[in-house]
Amino acid sequence: MAGLATTYGSGAMSNSMDDIAANAAAFFIIGSNTTEQHPVFGTKIRRAIQKRGAKLIVADPRRIDITDLATVHLQQKAGSDTALINGLMYLILEKGYEDKSFIAERTVDFEAFKEVIQDYPPEKVSEITSVPVELLHEAAEIMGTSQPMAVMWAMGITQHIKGVRNVMALANMQMLLGNMGIPGGGVNPLRGQNNVQGACDLGGLPNVFPGYQKVTSEEVQKKFAQAWGRGTELKVGKTLTEMIPDVEKGETHALYILGEDPVMSDPDTKHIRANLEACEFVILQEIFQSETAIYADVLLPGSSFAEKTGTFTNTERRVQMVRQAINPVGDSRPDWEIISDLAKRIIARTPRLLPLTAPHAGWDYPDTAAIMAEIAALTPQYSGISHKRLENGERLQWPVRDENHSGTPILHVGQFASGKGKFMPIEHIPPAESPDKDYPYIMSTGRVLYHWHGGQMTRRVKGIMEAYGEALVEVNPEDADNLGINGENAIRLTSRHGSIDTKAWVTDRVPPGMVYANFHFPDASANELTHASLDPVSKIPEYKVTAVKVEKI
Amino acid sequence: MSKLTVTIDHKKIEIPEGSTVLDAARAANVYIPTLCDDPLLEPFGACRLCVVEIEGYRGLPTACSTPATEGMIIHTSSPLVEVNRRTSMNLLLSDHPLDCQHCVANMDCDLQSVAAFVGVREQPYQGERRAYDIDESNPFYGRDLEKCILCGKCVRACDELQGRQAISFGYRGFASKITTPFDLPIWDSTCESCGRCVDMCPTAALYDKSAMKHGTHTGETRTTCPYCGVGCGLVLETRNGEIVGARGDRENSVNEGHTCVKGRYGWEYVQHPDRVKKPLVRQYLLDGKEKSKVTDRKSKDWDFVETDWDTVLNITAEKLATIRDTHGADSIGFMTSAKCLNEENYLMNKLARQVIGTNSIDHCARL
Ligand code: SF4
Ligand code: SF4
Repeated sequence: MAGLATTYGSGAMSNSMDDIAANAAAFFIIGSNTTEQHPVFGTKIRRAIQKRGAKLIVADPRRIDITDLATVHLQQKAGSDTALINGLMYLILEKGYEDKSFIAERTVDFEAFKEVIQDYPPEKVSEITSVPVELLHEAAEIMGTSQPMAVMWAMGITQHIKGVRNVMALANMQMLLGNMGIPGGGVNPLRGQNNVQGACDLGGLPNVFPGYQKVTSEEVQKKFAQAWGRGTELKVGKTLTEMIPDVEKGETHALYILGEDPVMSDPDTKHIRANLEACEFVILQEIFQSETAIYADVLLPGSSFAEKTGTFTNTERRVQMVRQAINPVGDSRPDWEIISDLAKRIIARTPRLLPLTAPHAGWDYPDTAAIMAEIAALTPQYSGISHKRLENGERLQWPVRDENHSGTPILHVGQFASGKGKFMPIEHIPPAESPDKDYPYIMSTGRVLYHWHGGQMTRRVKGIMEAYGEALVEVNPEDADNLGINGENAIRLTSRHGSIDTKAWVTDRVPPGMVYANFHFPDASANELTHASLDPVSKIPEYKVTAVKVEKI
Repeated sequence: MSKLTVTIDHKKIEIPEGSTVLDAARAANVYIPTLCDDPLLEPFGACRLCVVEIEGYRGLPTACSTPATEGMIIHTSSPLVEVNRRTSMNLLLSDHPLDCQHCVANMDCDLQSVAAFVGVREQPYQGERRAYDIDESNPFYGRDLEKCILCGKCVRACDELQGRQAISFGYRGFASKITTPFDLPIWDSTCESCGRCVDMCPTAALYDKSAMKHGTHTGETRTTCPYCGVGCGLVLETRNGEIVGARGDRENSVNEGHTCVKGRYGWEYVQHPDRVKKPLVRQYLLDGKEKSKVTDRKSKDWDFVETDWDTVLNITAEKLATIRDTHGADSIGFMTSAKCLNEENYLMNKLARQVIGTNSIDHCARL
């Protein structure tokens, strides 16, 4: 979450789910299909609306399930989020709803920001977003009068070429309204996969060691060199969307892929397949022979969550126990065992490169509790976390500063991680792809309730396949009429990047001119059609806006 | 919070203000049978099994819906209470099929255990029986309304906890039943298959289809859901070393026992026959050939063959060390996994940075 880190010094969800559900007077949900993608949190929000009358503003081009409960539904055009958010802030300022003392005491750069916002009067914003002016007023009124308000978003807002800018715009909004560091408020990016938060926290990023300690800092490098016996170079590594194309440039020779299926989950599938095929050595560690397995030179069978013990960190920074319920299936092994075994074998081949004298250089872990102890020693946010405390039933949300600290359910109380919160002037830029004569529809992609990600897991559950067994593309009834498709007829979607044959689901969940596809099924994965233009900062590919044509077949 | 003192079955106990008589009994470790109560739901007073005698009160109030007051003296098993409870139970059972042996909830049925406590073992009244077809339209659970006792827990779970209102009480009198709008099959309603109603049903009127297949579980493990970032606590139910069911963990404050369809019913993949059970390696590697010589991916060279851990890890270690030493550490890219444990992600990061010496590690949070 590069956007939040720039503004506040931390990119994680600021508040807790139960806190938001209990204390927010209003919710602003943008680019998150919460009830389908984070269902149990979705039910908490539903209850807050139904049982205690909290207000809900949803900004989403689609008429997703939760819009049924919305006080106001803003159907902005795909790719116009920044303009919408700026337009709402224009009205908040015009009405004088901004929190002046919060702005004065806790933020900087307000004036420059305010100047940019003056460029977003409602008429102009309405034109860019196609949201009626009255609805903009209604939404701004709720934002200004229902305090505190919590903002939630998910991939819908970050999978744009300007995802980082969208996030910064939302951070601006919450500072403007004084909704930071208080119960029921905050900026709340909802993490997709179960342990995205943990993967980010523990060094699964090319620019930081565990705990977001920068690889470009000499001090940090010294710390890890001392702990591990060896650090890295003072330079940021490659992101996933760089390392794969680098194969064809001759710069990537081996890929080690743990529990991911880039062929299914990454944009521009064709290009990825070509690169994986050309790669000198592809290691895949997985529980199934996924689409990516076709290109693997070796497949190391890992174990599922039910076969090992350790921890996940959820979207609200809460570290929780995962406990072994059954033996590893077949000869599969828990992934941590495979990685340490492999590490020892590599070290044994070149012992001079890595003398094992440093305190945390070694790889002999009796169990994952021992790994957590090493994490705690090197990761400030996890300093006070141990399996023992979790087994005692403690609720631990990072940062947990030491064994006696009880964790941090709300971030940025009294002060931001970086001191003062920084207002960032953000301008609207149109999406990289826009519809034209040849590709007249906007395609957006995402998930459905019954499936998960590339579908590796959910496609192997019988009941789920009975419930939702094939790829369906949502098409508006008006468009369906024009195209001559009705019921569940076969269609072909073609973008500038590829083509899939699939079936239409005619529904007014999508507005005219838009189609919505998922990437759960290999024969008709929407990622065959998406392209890989990247957000310049976060390197998140543009999934949400692809121009396509739709034909009946 | 201020406290108040009540006496239950001659036992004095202090309880927080705002407690019900049922809460007080639970705090005093006095068992009062209930069928329609759940601590997570609003009191309902439908089954009338929790009736008690309270000195100075008229009639027999239901413990679940009566607030406790200072100095209250409560009797939970006076003769009057016992008779009354037995009558309520007889009425409930008069319309309930009694072929318990063949029921999926046998031995795991609240109705059975409460009836045993109350002291009803047969059906004195042979009333007219309701006759309904079993609704099997939902892929995950069935609805056998002949076994329904109209406690309304499912209706309240769906309304109060799931916020969905997919089902409600319909019709009147003898024809009363839990129904969807227009009495359509449940799969045609707005039901989201979260399973909370099934979880709460005290009989087998709502049952998991998997329980039909596997029988009751013998082991339980508290863990965390592998699907989304909400991180619901799950209890995995096992039998003979296999998972046979899952339910939400009530002790986990993230979800208080709640789940969505994936957490509750999405565990089958763990034991799917497609699981890779042995390490796999391409034939060309076993033969010591060069990959560049494998031009045809349909040839034997590219066959995936099963092998042992030693072989596959030695090949992998050798390749990684060689590529690192020939092309440099940055020629190796690591993709760590948002599905794996924190501890495993840390180790991937350590492998990339310490053992190989590159910062080129990423995962799919961006995706
Ligand atoms: S499964 Fe969930 S959504 Fe469906 S009826 Fe039961 S409680 Fe309601
Ligand atoms: S049960 Fe559903 S909402 Fe809860 S963590 Fe699992 S997938 Fe997410």
